[in-house]
Amino acid sequence: METLACIKRVADTGAEIVLTEDKQSVDASAVGYTMGPHEECAIEEAVQVVEEEGGTSTVLSLGPEDVEDQIYEGIGRGADEGIIMETDGEEWGPESTATAIADGVEERDFDLLFFGNESGDNANYQVGIRVAHQLDLPVVTGIKDFDVDGDTAIAKRDVPGGSEVFEVDTPAVITVKEGLNTPRYPSMRSRMQAKKQELEVLDPKDTEDRLQMQELETPEAEDSEAEVLGEGPEAVDNAVEVLEEMEVL
Amino acid sequence: MVLTLIEHGDGEIAETSLEMLTLARDLADQVDEDVSAAMFGGEELAAGLGEYGVDTAYVCGGDLSESYAPEARADALGILMDDLDSAAVIGGGTDTANEVLAHLSAKRDLAMAANTLEVDTDGETCEITRQRWGGSLLEHATMEGETKVFSAPDHELPIEPVGDGEAAVETITPDVDEASFEVAIDRVEEADIEGVPLPEARIVIGGGRGVGGEEDFEQLEELADQFDGATVGATRIAVDEGWVSHDAQIGQTGQKIAPDLYIAAGLSGAVQHWVGAKGSENVLAINTDPEAAIMYKGDYAIVGDLHEVVPELTDAIEAATD
Ligand SMILES: Cc1cc2nc3c(=O)[nH]c(=O)nc-3n(C[C@H](O)[C@H](O)[C@H](O)COP(=O)(O)OP(=O)(O)OC[C@H]3O[C@@H](n4cnc5c(N)ncnc54)[C@H](O)[C@@H]3O)c2cc1C
Repeated sequence: METLACIKRVADTGAEIVLTEDKQSVDASAVGYTMGPHEECAIEEAVQVVEEEGGTSTVLSLGPEDVEDQIYEGIGRGADEGIIMETDGEEWGPESTATAIADGVEERDFDLLFFGNESGDNANYQVGIRVAHQLDLPVVTGIKDFDVDGDTAIAKRDVPGGSEVFEVDTPAVITVKEGLNTPRYPSMRSRMQAKKQELEVLDPKDTEDRLQMQELETPEAEDSEAEVLGEGPEAVDNAVEVLEEMEVL
Repeated sequence: MVLTLIEHGDGEIAETSLEMLTLARDLADQVDEDVSAAMFGGEELAAGLGEYGVDTAYVCGGDLSESYAPEARADALGILMDDLDSAAVIGGGTDTANEVLAHLSAKRDLAMAANTLEVDTDGETCEITRQRWGGSLLEHATMEGETKVFSAPDHELPIEPVGDGEAAVETITPDVDEASFEVAIDRVEEADIEGVPLPEARIVIGGGRGVGGEEDFEQLEELADQFDGATVGATRIAVDEGWVSHDAQIGQTGQKIAPDLYIAAGLSGAVQHWVGAKGSENVLAINTDPEAAIMYKGDYAIVGDLHEVVPELTDAIEAATD
Protein backbone atom coordinates (compact mmCIF):
# COMPACT_ATOMS: atom_id res chain seq x y z
CA MET A 1 0.00 0.00 0.00
CA GLU A 2 1.09 3.53 -0.73
CA THR A 3 0.30 5.79 2.21
CA LEU A 4 0.56 9.53 2.60
CA ALA A 5 0.45 11.64 5.76
CA CYS A 6 -0.19 15.37 5.25
CA ILE A 7 1.04 17.40 8.18
CA LYS A 8 1.11 21.02 9.24
CA ARG A 9 3.68 22.65 11.43
CA VAL A 10 2.40 24.77 14.30
CA ALA A 11 4.10 27.00 16.83
CA ASP A 12 5.03 25.04 19.94
CA THR A 13 3.33 27.48 22.31
CA GLY A 14 2.89 26.68 25.98
CA ALA A 15 1.84 29.06 28.74
CA GLU A 16 0.80 31.86 26.39
CA ILE A 17 0.51 32.73 22.73
CA VAL A 18 2.72 35.60 21.63
CA LEU A 19 2.05 37.41 18.35
CA THR A 20 4.51 39.04 16.00
CA GLU A 21 4.45 42.82 16.02
CA ASP A 22 2.40 43.03 12.81
CA LYS A 23 -0.16 40.60 14.31
CA GLN A 24 0.03 38.46 11.20
CA SER A 25 1.31 35.33 12.90
CA VAL A 26 2.23 33.66 16.14
CA ASP A 27 5.77 34.55 17.17
CA ALA A 28 7.51 31.19 17.39
CA SER A 29 11.02 32.61 17.75
CA ALA A 30 11.25 31.66 21.42
CA VAL A 31 9.35 28.37 21.29
CA GLY A 32 10.00 26.87 17.86
CA TYR A 33 7.68 24.70 15.82
CA THR A 34 6.21 21.26 16.15
CA MET A 35 3.57 19.29 14.28
CA GLY A 36 -0.01 19.02 15.47
CA PRO A 37 -0.89 16.04 17.72
CA HIS A 38 -3.45 14.71 15.23
CA GLU A 39 -0.80 14.67 12.53
CA GLU A 40 1.70 12.80 14.69
CA CYS A 41 -0.92 10.06 14.70
CA ALA A 42 -1.45 10.43 10.95
CA ILE A 43 2.24 9.70 10.36
CA GLU A 44 2.26 6.78 12.78
CA GLU A 45 -0.74 5.23 11.04
CA ALA A 46 0.75 5.74 7.57
CA VAL A 47 3.90 3.97 8.80
CA GLN A 48 2.08 1.14 10.58
CA VAL A 49 -0.08 0.33 7.56
CA VAL A 50 3.05 -0.02 5.43
CA GLU A 51 4.77 -2.12 8.09
CA GLU A 52 1.85 -4.53 7.94
CA GLU A 53 0.89 -4.40 4.29
CA GLY A 54 4.14 -3.46 2.59
CA GLY A 55 4.56 -0.44 0.32
CA THR A 56 5.83 3.08 0.88
CA SER A 57 4.85 5.75 3.36
CA THR A 58 5.31 9.40 2.49
CA VAL A 59 5.12 12.56 4.60
CA LEU A 60 4.02 15.76 2.90
CA SER A 61 3.87 19.28 4.20
CA LEU A 62 3.02 22.59 2.61
CA GLY A 63 4.92 25.44 4.19
CA PRO A 64 8.08 27.54 4.17
CA GLU A 65 11.47 25.95 3.59
CA ASP A 66 12.12 25.11 7.23
CA VAL A 67 9.00 22.95 7.44
CA GLU A 68 11.52 20.34 6.32
CA ASP A 69 12.26 19.95 10.05
CA GLN A 70 8.82 18.44 10.59
CA ILE A 71 9.13 16.29 7.46
CA TYR A 72 12.49 14.93 8.65
CA GLU A 73 10.85 14.28 11.98
CA GLY A 74 8.25 12.19 10.14
CA ILE A 75 10.97 10.26 8.32
CA GLY A 76 12.71 9.75 11.67
CA ARG A 77 9.44 8.27 12.89
CA GLY A 78 9.54 5.69 10.15
CA ALA A 79 8.18 7.28 6.97
CA ASP A 80 10.04 6.34 3.79
CA GLU A 81 9.76 9.51 1.71
CA GLY A 82 9.23 13.22 2.20
CA ILE A 83 7.62 15.85 0.00
CA ILE A 84 7.82 19.56 0.69
CA MET A 85 5.45 21.93 -1.07
CA GLU A 86 7.40 25.05 -0.54
CA THR A 87 5.73 28.41 0.07
CA ASP A 88 7.20 31.84 0.67
CA GLY A 89 6.12 31.89 4.31
CA GLU A 90 2.80 33.70 3.86
CA GLU A 91 -0.11 31.93 5.50
CA TRP A 92 -2.12 29.70 3.18
CA GLY A 93 -5.83 29.27 3.87
CA PRO A 94 -7.79 26.02 3.75
CA GLU A 95 -9.01 26.33 0.15
CA SER A 96 -5.62 27.07 -1.38
CA THR A 97 -3.89 24.46 0.79
CA ALA A 98 -6.34 21.77 -0.27
CA THR A 99 -6.12 22.74 -3.94
CA ALA A 100 -2.32 22.65 -3.87
CA ILE A 101 -2.16 19.27 -2.10
CA ALA A 102 -4.77 17.71 -4.41
CA ASP A 103 -2.92 19.08 -7.43
CA GLY A 104 0.42 17.82 -6.11
CA VAL A 105 -0.65 14.25 -5.40
CA GLU A 106 -3.22 13.77 -8.17
CA GLU A 107 -0.88 11.81 -10.44
CA ARG A 108 0.42 9.59 -7.67
CA ASP A 109 -1.36 6.48 -6.68
CA PHE A 110 -1.74 6.78 -2.94
CA ASP A 111 -4.09 4.21 -1.42
CA LEU A 112 -4.53 5.99 1.88
CA LEU A 113 -4.18 9.72 2.45
CA PHE A 114 -4.08 10.60 6.14
CA PHE A 115 -4.73 14.13 7.42
CA GLY A 116 -5.31 15.60 10.86
CA ASN A 117 -9.02 16.12 11.53
CA GLU A 118 -8.27 19.80 12.06
CA SER A 119 -4.99 21.66 12.34
CA GLY A 120 -3.68 22.49 15.80
CA ASP A 121 -3.53 26.20 15.15
CA ASN A 122 -6.15 27.36 12.64
CA ALA A 123 -8.61 24.45 12.90
CA ASN A 124 -10.49 25.05 9.66
CA TYR A 125 -11.96 21.51 9.59
CA GLN A 126 -11.98 21.20 5.81
CA VAL A 127 -8.64 20.55 4.12
CA GLY A 128 -8.90 16.73 4.07
CA ILE A 129 -12.50 16.82 2.85
CA ARG A 130 -11.71 19.33 0.11
CA VAL A 131 -8.78 17.22 -1.09
CA ALA A 132 -11.03 14.13 -1.17
CA HIS A 133 -13.57 15.87 -3.37
CA GLN A 134 -10.93 17.23 -5.71
CA LEU A 135 -9.50 13.73 -6.11
CA ASP A 136 -12.95 12.15 -6.17
CA LEU A 137 -12.16 9.85 -3.24
CA PRO A 138 -14.29 8.79 -0.28
CA VAL A 139 -13.42 10.42 3.03
CA VAL A 140 -14.03 9.58 6.68
CA THR A 141 -13.20 12.03 9.44
CA GLY A 142 -12.29 12.18 13.12
CA ILE A 143 -10.93 8.63 13.09
CA LYS A 144 -9.58 7.10 16.31
CA ASP A 145 -9.28 3.46 15.30
CA PHE A 146 -8.11 2.21 11.93
CA ASP A 147 -7.59 -1.07 10.13
CA VAL A 148 -7.14 -2.29 6.59
CA ASP A 149 -8.72 -5.48 5.29
CA GLY A 150 -7.78 -6.06 1.66
CA ASP A 151 -9.14 -3.07 -0.25
CA THR A 152 -11.39 -1.99 2.59
CA ALA A 153 -10.51 0.55 5.24
CA ILE A 154 -12.31 0.05 8.54
CA ALA A 155 -12.38 3.32 10.41
CA LYS A 156 -13.99 4.16 13.73
CA ARG A 157 -14.67 7.35 15.52
CA ASP A 158 -15.66 8.02 19.10
CA VAL A 159 -19.17 8.93 20.13
CA PRO A 160 -20.37 9.03 23.73
CA GLY A 161 -20.67 5.42 24.90
CA GLY A 162 -18.97 3.78 21.95
CA SER A 163 -17.83 4.22 18.38
CA GLU A 164 -19.26 4.61 14.91
CA VAL A 165 -17.77 2.31 12.32
CA PHE A 166 -17.28 3.19 8.65
CA GLU A 167 -16.11 0.85 5.95
CA VAL A 168 -14.80 2.44 2.77
CA ASP A 169 -12.99 1.19 -0.29
CA THR A 170 -9.45 2.34 -0.81
CA PRO A 171 -8.13 4.62 -2.15
CA ALA A 172 -9.56 6.88 0.52
CA VAL A 173 -8.88 9.98 2.57
CA ILE A 174 -8.83 9.47 6.34
CA THR A 175 -8.72 12.40 8.77
CA VAL A 176 -7.58 11.35 12.22
CA LYS A 177 -7.51 12.48 15.81
CA GLU A 178 -4.97 12.13 18.57
CA GLY A 179 -5.54 8.88 20.46
CA LEU A 180 -5.69 6.83 17.22
CA ASN A 181 -2.36 5.24 18.11
CA THR A 182 0.72 5.91 20.22
CA PRO A 183 3.21 7.70 18.00
CA ARG A 184 6.76 6.43 18.33
CA TYR A 185 9.57 8.81 19.12
CA PRO A 186 12.43 8.92 16.70
CA SER A 187 15.73 7.77 18.15
CA MET A 188 18.73 10.08 17.90
CA ARG A 189 20.10 7.82 15.20
CA SER A 190 16.97 7.77 13.09
CA ARG A 191 16.77 11.55 13.40
CA MET A 192 20.33 11.88 12.07
CA GLN A 193 19.64 9.36 9.32
CA ALA A 194 16.47 11.18 8.29
CA LYS A 195 18.31 14.42 7.62
CA LYS A 196 20.47 12.70 5.03
CA GLN A 197 17.47 11.87 2.95
CA GLU A 198 16.65 13.96 -0.05
CA LEU A 199 13.18 15.51 0.02
CA GLU A 200 11.14 15.96 -3.10
CA VAL A 201 10.41 19.64 -3.58
CA LEU A 202 7.16 20.60 -5.31
CA ASP A 203 6.04 24.03 -6.36
CA PRO A 204 2.50 24.32 -5.00
CA LYS A 205 -0.27 25.53 -7.27
CA ASP A 206 -1.13 28.97 -5.95
CA THR A 207 -4.82 29.91 -5.76
CA GLU A 208 -6.68 32.64 -3.92
CA ASP A 209 -8.49 32.00 -0.63
CA ARG A 210 -11.86 33.60 -0.15
CA LEU A 211 -11.31 33.50 3.60
CA GLN A 212 -8.50 35.98 4.25
CA MET A 213 -6.99 36.55 7.66
CA GLN A 214 -6.53 40.26 8.35
CA GLU A 215 -5.19 40.29 11.85
CA LEU A 216 -4.76 38.08 14.88
CA GLU A 217 -5.67 39.04 18.41
CA THR A 218 -4.95 37.43 21.76
CA PRO A 219 -8.21 37.55 23.71
CA GLU A 220 -8.35 39.56 26.95
CA ALA A 221 -7.07 37.23 29.61
CA GLU A 222 -9.41 36.77 32.53
CA ASP A 223 -6.35 35.86 34.54
CA SER A 224 -6.26 36.77 38.15
CA GLU A 225 -3.98 35.41 40.77
CA ALA A 226 -5.19 32.32 42.59
CA GLU A 227 -5.67 32.64 46.34
CA VAL A 228 -2.76 30.75 47.88
CA LEU A 229 -4.08 28.49 50.63
CA GLY A 230 -0.65 27.74 51.96
CA GLU A 231 2.52 25.82 51.32
CA GLY A 232 2.94 22.07 51.41
CA PRO A 233 0.82 19.58 53.39
CA GLU A 234 0.01 22.19 56.03
CA ALA A 235 -2.29 23.88 53.53
CA VAL A 236 -4.77 21.02 53.38
CA ASP A 237 -6.90 22.20 56.33
CA ASN A 238 -7.51 25.47 54.54
CA ALA A 239 -8.25 23.52 51.38
CA VAL A 240 -10.85 21.35 53.10
CA GLU A 241 -12.53 24.47 54.43
CA VAL A 242 -12.67 25.96 50.93
CA LEU A 243 -14.03 22.70 49.49
CA GLU A 244 -16.71 22.64 52.17
CA GLU A 245 -17.74 26.15 51.20
CA MET A 246 -17.96 25.02 47.59
CA GLU A 247 -20.23 22.20 48.75
CA VAL A 248 -18.34 19.60 46.78
CA LEU A 249 -17.56 17.26 49.67
CA MET B 1 -32.32 33.41 3.74
CA VAL B 2 -29.92 32.25 6.43
CA LEU B 3 -30.03 28.47 6.47
CA THR B 4 -28.99 26.67 9.65
CA LEU B 5 -28.11 23.03 10.24
CA ILE B 6 -29.80 22.00 13.47
CA GLU B 7 -28.58 18.88 15.25
CA HIS B 8 -30.35 16.93 17.96
CA GLY B 9 -29.91 13.89 20.16
CA ASP B 10 -31.68 12.20 23.07
CA GLY B 11 -34.88 14.06 22.24
CA GLU B 12 -33.36 17.50 22.54
CA ILE B 13 -31.95 20.11 20.21
CA ALA B 14 -28.16 20.19 20.65
CA GLU B 15 -27.11 23.15 22.80
CA THR B 16 -24.43 24.11 20.30
CA SER B 17 -27.15 24.44 17.63
CA LEU B 18 -29.12 26.80 19.87
CA GLU B 19 -25.95 28.82 20.52
CA MET B 20 -25.32 28.97 16.80
CA LEU B 21 -28.85 30.37 16.23
CA THR B 22 -27.74 33.46 18.16
CA LEU B 23 -25.12 34.07 15.46
CA ALA B 24 -27.54 33.15 12.67
CA ARG B 25 -30.23 35.60 13.88
CA ASP B 26 -27.69 38.39 14.11
CA LEU B 27 -26.55 37.74 10.56
CA ALA B 28 -30.13 37.45 9.28
CA ASP B 29 -30.98 40.80 10.89
CA GLN B 30 -28.08 42.45 9.11
CA VAL B 31 -29.23 41.30 5.68
CA ASP B 32 -32.92 41.60 6.54
CA GLU B 33 -33.70 37.95 5.94
CA ASP B 34 -35.30 35.10 7.86
CA VAL B 35 -33.64 32.18 9.56
CA SER B 36 -34.64 28.72 8.44
CA ALA B 37 -33.51 25.37 9.73
CA ALA B 38 -32.60 22.05 8.16
CA MET B 39 -32.95 18.98 10.34
CA PHE B 40 -32.40 15.28 9.82
CA GLY B 41 -35.15 13.63 11.82
CA GLY B 42 -36.36 15.18 15.07
CA GLU B 43 -39.62 16.43 13.59
CA GLU B 44 -41.22 16.67 17.05
CA LEU B 45 -38.57 19.23 18.05
CA ALA B 46 -38.81 21.39 14.94
CA ALA B 47 -41.70 23.70 15.88
CA GLY B 48 -39.92 24.62 19.13
CA LEU B 49 -37.14 26.26 17.13
CA GLY B 50 -39.46 29.26 16.67
CA GLU B 51 -38.52 30.16 20.22
CA TYR B 52 -35.00 30.79 18.93
CA GLY B 53 -36.00 32.80 15.89
CA VAL B 54 -36.39 30.08 13.27
CA ASP B 55 -39.10 30.92 10.76
CA THR B 56 -39.41 27.58 8.98
CA ALA B 57 -37.85 24.23 9.83
CA TYR B 58 -37.36 21.72 7.01
CA VAL B 59 -37.17 18.17 8.27
CA CYS B 60 -35.59 15.47 6.13
CA GLY B 61 -36.71 11.95 6.94
CA GLY B 62 -36.02 8.52 5.47
CA ASP B 63 -32.48 7.41 4.73
CA LEU B 64 -31.19 10.93 5.23
CA SER B 65 -32.08 10.84 8.91
CA GLU B 66 -31.88 7.12 9.64
CA SER B 67 -28.34 6.63 8.46
CA TYR B 68 -25.54 9.11 8.89
CA ALA B 69 -24.06 9.76 5.48
CA PRO B 70 -22.28 13.14 5.68
CA GLU B 71 -22.08 13.75 1.95
CA ALA B 72 -25.76 12.93 1.45
CA ARG B 73 -26.67 15.37 4.21
CA ALA B 74 -24.49 17.99 2.55
CA ASP B 75 -26.34 17.39 -0.72
CA ALA B 76 -29.68 17.84 1.03
CA LEU B 77 -28.45 21.08 2.55
CA GLY B 78 -27.24 22.18 -0.87
CA ILE B 79 -30.66 21.57 -2.41
CA LEU B 80 -32.34 23.61 0.34
CA MET B 81 -29.69 26.30 0.01
CA ASP B 82 -30.53 26.68 -3.68
CA ASP B 83 -34.30 26.55 -3.17
CA LEU B 84 -34.17 29.18 -0.44
CA ASP B 85 -31.57 31.33 -2.18
CA SER B 86 -29.44 31.31 0.97
CA ALA B 87 -26.85 33.96 1.70
CA ALA B 88 -25.28 31.80 4.37
CA VAL B 89 -25.35 28.26 5.74
CA ILE B 90 -24.41 27.86 9.40
CA GLY B 91 -23.95 24.90 11.75
CA GLY B 92 -23.02 24.38 15.38
CA GLY B 93 -19.68 23.45 16.89
CA THR B 94 -19.66 19.68 16.45
CA ASP B 95 -17.41 17.47 14.38
CA THR B 96 -20.45 16.28 12.47
CA ALA B 97 -21.67 19.79 11.62
CA ASN B 98 -18.18 20.76 10.49
CA GLU B 99 -17.95 17.59 8.45
CA VAL B 100 -21.27 18.08 6.66
CA LEU B 101 -20.55 21.77 6.04
CA ALA B 102 -17.08 20.99 4.69
CA HIS B 103 -18.60 18.50 2.23
CA LEU B 104 -21.08 21.15 1.15
CA SER B 105 -18.30 23.74 0.74
CA ALA B 106 -16.09 21.35 -1.19
CA LYS B 107 -18.84 20.15 -3.54
CA ARG B 108 -20.32 23.57 -4.20
CA ASP B 109 -17.03 25.44 -4.18
CA LEU B 110 -17.94 27.71 -1.26
CA ALA B 111 -15.72 29.36 1.33
CA MET B 112 -16.14 28.06 4.87
CA ALA B 113 -15.09 29.48 8.22
CA ALA B 114 -15.26 27.14 11.21
CA ASN B 115 -15.50 28.33 14.82
CA THR B 116 -16.95 31.69 13.88
CA LEU B 117 -17.95 33.99 16.75
CA GLU B 118 -19.06 37.11 14.90
CA VAL B 119 -20.06 38.12 11.40
CA ASP B 120 -20.47 41.67 10.14
CA THR B 121 -21.63 42.14 6.60
CA ASP B 122 -22.62 44.81 4.15
CA GLY B 123 -24.47 42.12 2.21
CA GLU B 124 -21.42 41.09 0.18
CA THR B 125 -18.12 40.87 2.00
CA CYS B 126 -18.24 39.48 5.52
CA GLU B 127 -15.91 40.58 8.25
CA ILE B 128 -15.67 37.78 10.69
CA THR B 129 -14.03 36.90 13.98
CA ARG B 130 -13.21 33.27 14.49
CA GLN B 131 -11.35 31.19 17.01
CA ARG B 132 -7.97 29.60 16.50
CA TRP B 133 -6.04 27.38 18.89
CA GLY B 134 -9.22 26.11 20.52
CA GLY B 135 -10.15 29.65 21.51
CA SER B 136 -6.80 30.91 22.81
CA LEU B 137 -6.42 33.15 19.78
CA LEU B 138 -8.83 35.22 17.67
CA GLU B 139 -8.60 35.68 13.92
CA HIS B 140 -10.16 38.68 12.21
CA ALA B 141 -10.78 37.82 8.59
CA THR B 142 -12.70 38.81 5.51
CA MET B 143 -14.75 36.41 3.48
CA GLU B 144 -15.93 36.64 -0.10
CA GLY B 145 -18.32 34.56 -2.17
CA GLU B 146 -22.01 34.52 -2.90
CA THR B 147 -23.02 31.97 -0.28
CA LYS B 148 -20.86 31.67 2.80
CA VAL B 149 -20.57 28.72 5.11
CA PHE B 150 -19.88 29.02 8.84
CA SER B 151 -19.81 26.92 11.95
CA ALA B 152 -19.98 28.39 15.44
CA PRO B 153 -17.71 27.17 18.22
CA ASP B 154 -19.09 24.94 20.95
CA HIS B 155 -20.03 26.55 24.27
CA GLU B 156 -19.02 30.10 23.41
CA LEU B 157 -22.14 31.94 22.29
CA PRO B 158 -25.15 32.52 24.56
CA ILE B 159 -28.44 30.75 23.99
CA GLU B 160 -31.07 33.46 23.61
CA PRO B 161 -34.76 32.58 23.37
CA VAL B 162 -36.53 35.35 21.46
CA GLY B 163 -40.04 34.02 21.82
CA ASP B 164 -41.27 34.06 18.25
CA GLY B 165 -43.85 31.34 18.83
CA GLU B 166 -43.66 28.19 16.77
CA ALA B 167 -41.65 27.62 13.62
CA ALA B 168 -43.50 26.36 10.55
CA VAL B 169 -42.51 22.75 9.94
CA GLU B 170 -42.16 21.20 6.51
CA THR B 171 -41.23 17.60 5.91
CA ILE B 172 -39.17 17.25 2.76
CA THR B 173 -37.51 14.51 0.73
CA PRO B 174 -34.66 16.11 -1.20
CA ASP B 175 -33.59 14.17 -4.25
CA VAL B 176 -30.07 13.18 -3.21
CA ASP B 177 -27.76 11.23 -5.48
CA GLU B 178 -27.45 7.58 -4.43
CA ALA B 179 -23.64 7.79 -4.70
CA SER B 180 -23.57 10.31 -1.85
CA PHE B 181 -24.72 7.59 0.55
CA GLU B 182 -21.63 5.52 -0.16
CA VAL B 183 -19.82 6.62 2.98
CA ALA B 184 -22.22 6.06 5.88
CA ILE B 185 -22.07 4.64 9.37
CA ASP B 186 -21.97 0.89 8.95
CA ARG B 187 -22.55 0.03 12.62
CA VAL B 188 -22.19 1.37 16.11
CA GLU B 189 -20.07 -0.42 18.69
CA GLU B 190 -20.62 0.08 22.37
CA ALA B 191 -17.70 0.58 24.68
CA ASP B 192 -17.52 -0.35 28.33
CA ILE B 193 -16.54 2.75 30.14
CA GLU B 194 -15.68 2.64 33.77
CA GLY B 195 -16.67 5.51 35.99
CA VAL B 196 -17.99 8.91 35.03
CA PRO B 197 -16.93 10.23 31.60
CA LEU B 198 -14.75 13.35 31.95
CA PRO B 199 -17.18 15.80 30.30
CA GLU B 200 -19.88 14.79 32.81
CA ALA B 201 -17.73 14.56 35.93
CA ARG B 202 -18.69 16.83 38.81
CA ILE B 203 -15.15 16.74 40.19
CA VAL B 204 -12.04 16.24 38.08
CA ILE B 205 -8.58 15.54 39.45
CA GLY B 206 -6.06 16.36 36.72
CA GLY B 207 -2.42 15.32 36.68
CA GLY B 208 0.49 16.46 34.54
CA ARG B 209 4.20 15.93 34.12
CA GLY B 210 4.73 16.64 37.81
CA VAL B 211 2.90 13.44 38.75
CA GLY B 212 5.95 11.58 37.53
CA GLY B 213 4.75 8.08 36.72
CA GLU B 214 1.96 5.59 36.23
CA GLU B 215 1.96 4.43 39.87
CA ASP B 216 1.92 8.01 41.09
CA PHE B 217 -1.40 8.50 39.35
CA GLU B 218 -2.76 6.14 42.04
CA GLN B 219 -2.48 9.02 44.47
CA LEU B 220 -4.84 11.03 42.28
CA GLU B 221 -7.22 8.05 42.02
CA GLU B 222 -7.31 7.80 45.79
CA LEU B 223 -8.17 11.47 46.07
CA ALA B 224 -10.91 11.01 43.45
CA ASP B 225 -12.37 8.16 45.52
CA GLN B 226 -13.20 10.67 48.24
CA PHE B 227 -15.80 12.33 46.03
CA ASP B 228 -18.98 11.20 44.32
CA GLY B 229 -18.78 11.53 40.57
CA ALA B 230 -15.06 12.27 40.40
CA THR B 231 -12.82 11.29 37.50
CA VAL B 232 -9.07 11.53 36.95
CA GLY B 233 -7.85 13.46 33.90
CA ALA B 234 -4.43 14.35 32.55
CA THR B 235 -2.33 16.58 30.35
CA ARG B 236 -0.95 15.55 27.01
CA ILE B 237 2.50 15.09 28.54
CA ALA B 238 1.15 12.53 31.03
CA VAL B 239 -0.55 10.70 28.16
CA ASP B 240 2.57 10.83 25.96
CA GLU B 241 4.59 9.38 28.82
CA GLY B 242 2.20 6.44 28.85
CA TRP B 243 1.06 7.01 32.45
CA VAL B 244 -2.63 7.22 31.48
CA SER B 245 -4.61 6.57 28.30
CA HIS B 246 -5.59 9.28 25.84
CA ASP B 247 -9.21 9.01 27.02
CA ALA B 248 -8.05 10.90 30.10
CA GLN B 249 -6.55 13.82 28.17
CA ILE B 250 -8.08 17.20 28.81
CA GLY B 251 -7.57 19.97 26.29
CA GLN B 252 -7.61 21.07 22.70
CA THR B 253 -6.96 17.60 21.32
CA GLY B 254 -8.55 15.80 24.25
CA GLN B 255 -11.79 16.33 26.09
CA LYS B 256 -13.48 19.41 27.49
CA ILE B 257 -14.55 19.36 31.11
CA ALA B 258 -17.00 21.51 33.06
CA PRO B 259 -16.90 20.27 36.67
CA ASP B 260 -17.78 22.10 39.88
CA LEU B 261 -14.19 21.57 40.94
CA TYR B 262 -10.99 20.89 39.03
CA ILE B 263 -7.97 19.97 41.12
CA ALA B 264 -4.98 20.56 38.82
CA ALA B 265 -1.92 18.81 40.18
CA GLY B 266 1.57 19.00 38.70
CA LEU B 267 0.49 20.63 35.49
CA SER B 268 1.55 24.03 34.21
CA GLY B 269 -1.69 25.24 32.62
CA ALA B 270 -0.56 25.47 28.97
CA VAL B 271 -3.07 27.17 26.70
CA GLN B 272 -3.91 23.92 24.90
CA HIS B 273 -4.70 22.27 28.22
CA TRP B 274 -6.59 25.23 29.59
CA VAL B 275 -9.04 25.47 26.67
CA GLY B 276 -10.31 22.09 27.81
CA ALA B 277 -10.47 23.01 31.49
CA LYS B 278 -11.61 26.63 31.48
CA GLY B 279 -15.25 25.57 31.84
CA SER B 280 -14.50 24.48 35.42
CA GLU B 281 -16.44 26.31 38.12
CA ASN B 282 -13.56 26.27 40.63
CA VAL B 283 -9.91 25.38 40.14
CA LEU B 284 -7.52 24.35 42.90
CA ALA B 285 -3.93 24.13 41.64
CA ILE B 286 -1.23 22.14 43.37
CA ASN B 287 2.17 23.08 42.03
CA THR B 288 5.73 23.48 43.25
CA ASP B 289 6.15 26.58 41.12
CA PRO B 290 4.28 29.63 42.43
CA GLU B 291 4.78 31.28 39.04
CA ALA B 292 3.26 28.48 36.92
CA ALA B 293 0.59 29.72 34.48
CA ILE B 294 -2.08 27.68 36.27
CA MET B 295 -1.53 29.90 39.33
CA TYR B 296 -2.90 32.80 37.29
CA LYS B 297 -5.82 30.86 35.87
CA GLY B 298 -7.06 28.97 38.90
CA ASP B 299 -9.02 30.22 41.91
CA TYR B 300 -7.06 28.58 44.71
CA ALA B 301 -3.55 27.21 44.98
CA ILE B 302 -1.38 25.13 47.22
CA VAL B 303 2.31 25.68 46.61
CA GLY B 304 4.04 22.39 47.17
CA ASP B 305 4.96 18.90 46.03
CA LEU B 306 1.83 17.06 45.00
CA HIS B 307 3.28 13.80 46.29
CA GLU B 308 3.11 15.24 49.78
CA VAL B 309 0.01 17.40 49.40
CA VAL B 310 -2.33 14.99 47.62
CA PRO B 311 -2.19 12.10 50.17
CA GLU B 312 -2.55 14.58 53.00
CA LEU B 313 -5.55 16.16 51.29
CA THR B 314 -7.09 12.72 50.75
CA ASP B 315 -6.76 11.97 54.47
CA ALA B 316 -8.10 15.35 55.51
CA ILE B 317 -11.17 14.99 53.29
CA GLU B 318 -11.76 11.47 54.55
CA ALA B 319 -11.63 12.76 58.12
CA ALA B 320 -13.91 15.69 57.34
CA THR B 321 -16.57 13.61 55.61
CA ASP B 322 -16.64 10.74 58.08
C1 LIG C 1 -1.50 21.69 18.77
C2 LIG C 1 -1.27 21.27 20.20
C3 LIG C 1 -2.31 20.67 20.91
C4 LIG C 1 -2.14 20.31 22.25
N1 LIG C 1 -3.20 19.72 22.90
C5 LIG C 1 -3.08 19.48 24.22
C6 LIG C 1 -4.19 18.94 24.98
O1 LIG C 1 -5.24 18.61 24.44
N2 LIG C 1 -4.02 18.77 26.31
C7 LIG C 1 -2.85 19.07 26.96
O2 LIG C 1 -2.79 18.90 28.19
N3 LIG C 1 -1.79 19.54 26.27
C8 LIG C 1 -1.87 19.75 24.93
N4 LIG C 1 -0.77 20.21 24.24
C9 LIG C 1 0.53 20.30 24.96
C10 LIG C 1 0.68 21.56 25.78
O3 LIG C 1 1.21 22.57 24.97
C11 LIG C 1 1.65 21.34 26.97
O4 LIG C 1 2.87 20.83 26.49
C12 LIG C 1 1.13 20.39 28.04
O5 LIG C 1 -0.20 20.69 28.40
C13 LIG C 1 2.00 20.51 29.28
O6 LIG C 1 1.70 19.45 30.16
P1 LIG C 1 2.06 19.57 31.71
O7 LIG C 1 1.39 20.76 32.28
O8 LIG C 1 1.78 18.25 32.31
O9 LIG C 1 3.65 19.71 31.70
P2 LIG C 1 4.57 20.95 32.03
O10 LIG C 1 4.22 22.13 31.22
O11 LIG C 1 5.96 20.46 31.98
O12 LIG C 1 4.20 21.31 33.53
C14 LIG C 1 4.50 20.50 34.63
C15 LIG C 1 4.15 21.30 35.89
O13 LIG C 1 4.25 20.46 37.02
C16 LIG C 1 4.85 21.18 38.09
N5 LIG C 1 5.48 20.16 38.94
C17 LIG C 1 6.57 19.39 38.69
N6 LIG C 1 6.80 18.55 39.70
C18 LIG C 1 5.83 18.76 40.61
C19 LIG C 1 5.52 18.18 41.87
N7 LIG C 1 6.25 17.19 42.40
N8 LIG C 1 4.45 18.66 42.55
C20 LIG C 1 3.69 19.66 42.06
N9 LIG C 1 3.95 20.25 40.86
C21 LIG C 1 5.00 19.80 40.15
C22 LIG C 1 5.81 22.12 37.43
O14 LIG C 1 6.04 23.24 38.25
C23 LIG C 1 5.04 22.50 36.16
O15 LIG C 1 4.24 23.64 36.38
C24 LIG C 1 -0.91 20.54 22.89
C25 LIG C 1 0.15 21.13 22.18
C26 LIG C 1 -0.02 21.48 20.84
C27 LIG C 1 1.12 22.11 20.12
